[in-house]
Amino acid sequence: MTVLKVVELHAYYGDSHVLQGVTLDVAKGTVTAVLGRNGVGKTTLCRSIIGLTPPREGSVLFDGVEIARLPPHRIFDAGISLVPQGRRIFPSLTVQENLAIAVRPPRSRPSGASAAPGWDLQKVFSVFPRLLERSGNRGNELSGGEQQMLAIARALVARPELLIMDEPTEGLAPMLVAEVAAVIGRLRDEGTSILLAEQNAAFAVKVADHVHVMSKGAVVHSSDPGALWDNEEIKTQLLGVPAPVGVPPTTIRSDSRT
Amino acid sequence: MTYLITQTLNGLFSAALLFLIASGLTLAFGVMRIVNIAHGSFYMLGVYVAYSVVLRTGSLLLGALAAIVVVGSLGFVMQRFFLRRFGSDPLAQMMMTMGFALLFRDGALMIWGGDAFTLQYPPGLSGSMEAGEVVFPLYRLFVIFVAGLVGVALWLVNEKTLIGARLRATVDDPEMASATGINVALLSGLVFAAGAGLAAFGGVMGGPILGGYAGIDFDLLPLAFVVVIVGGMGSLKGAVAGSVVVGMIDNFGKALVPELSYFTLFAPMVLVLAIRPRGLYGRA
Repeated sequence: MTVLKVVELHAYYGDSHVLQGVTLDVAKGTVTAVLGRNGVGKTTLCRSIIGLTPPREGSVLFDGVEIARLPPHRIFDAGISLVPQGRRIFPSLTVQENLAIAVRPPRSRPSGASAAPGWDLQKVFSVFPRLLERSGNRGNELSGGEQQMLAIARALVARPELLIMDEPTEGLAPMLVAEVAAVIGRLRDEGTSILLAEQNAAFAVKVADHVHVMSKGAVVHSSDPGALWDNEEIKTQLLGVPAPVGVPPTTIRSDSRT
Repeated sequence: MTYLITQTLNGLFSAALLFLIASGLTLAFGVMRIVNIAHGSFYMLGVYVAYSVVLRTGSLLLGALAAIVVVGSLGFVMQRFFLRRFGSDPLAQMMMTMGFALLFRDGALMIWGGDAFTLQYPPGLSGSMEAGEVVFPLYRLFVIFVAGLVGVALWLVNEKTLIGARLRATVDDPEMASATGINVALLSGLVFAAGAGLAAFGGVMGGPILGGYAGIDFDLLPLAFVVVIVGGMGSLKGAVAGSVVVGMIDNFGKALVPELSYFTLFAPMVLVLAIRPRGLYGRA
């Protein structure tokens, strides 16, 4: 079953044609990764789906309903949350407030098919105990790692059906990268669908069920992660992973890209 | 000494009125980056609407409520249906508010004529209070007290409620706020309306002393801008600090060197801007 269907999406920044007909699906309960170098349109794809950069052409179907060109707050309420690149925690809000403004009650879907997992504040704090310790601190008083955890938590308390994560491992220490991987695995097990935009191919291959590679605003390769990792040509040319490389990494390490 | 206390209280009264005007101006700027030239008009329309209602009903309270509701709604419509169309173009927005200011001025002239008037004092507040040698009008103290209450209420809403958190989130990062489920367009309209209503309320509070006359809108606008610029655009704390600074300086300046009143008003602003370009409590 498909939770998100992106069809022939075209998006622009001014005159710059950034997305040039992107088509991809996210199957329910899976982690789908979009890989590619800097500037191929991964972030724009995320922004187009959640309404921050409304696509000029094409269609975005969420649970079969057209959401392209809806305002972002409506898309959020429909059940898509974003963990944005650069975290974008609200600096003048406390940790508690950053979460409180995003909290949404569990949604009941007529289809009954939704897993809508029970991410309330209690669960968030049990998974990220550090956030509880820091709950009275303002966003600008947090470390980078704490901000990333808060960005993920903020997206989760809305109980999204689809979670979009844009470069969630960027600038994180290896231990925290492993923590992000663990959270992704846990969400997937609970039935949340995830669209992951990543430059870190080794990380994405480890956590994803399906991968797409983007180049110049379009998807140029789709496969399962193992097949991608074995494709030296794509890895070196489109992902910037230097050849020769060994087997898919079994542990997430900071040096797995080098 | 008596003179000093009296002038300080006068300065605080000016500060109180300025705060009521400037708090809305600074909030609108914080959320929407709108430089609203029509903000003084909201003050003016507040006095006029209250004046009409008081003439018919005799109730100052009704007049104040009517002023807040009418001018607040006007602000909402102005933001929702006009200013929002120029969301990404601050210059066009500013020019449009300038146009509105001129429309409001001529509209007010047409409806209410050009004669100056004052509102009546609320019952029981027309007298003076004596403490030793200091004699001070009760009503001015009342205005200082009310503005203080409004300030505390605004602070509580902003810092302690969910809507306040949403507001601050929108000031921090409007785009991420909308991606966190906040209807930024609606919130902007409401903030603009609240600012307009506050300015109108300021007009009613100032009514018994400053009254209403053609031109009061543009007499007060520069003062409100100095407050907001000195305090820091978008900051509520800055509006408080700016109001007190400007109220005091304007008052003492006019009392001591009346021929230099504009100099004493704008010199501090230039100084603050030179040292802290974002104002006392401003941020990027």
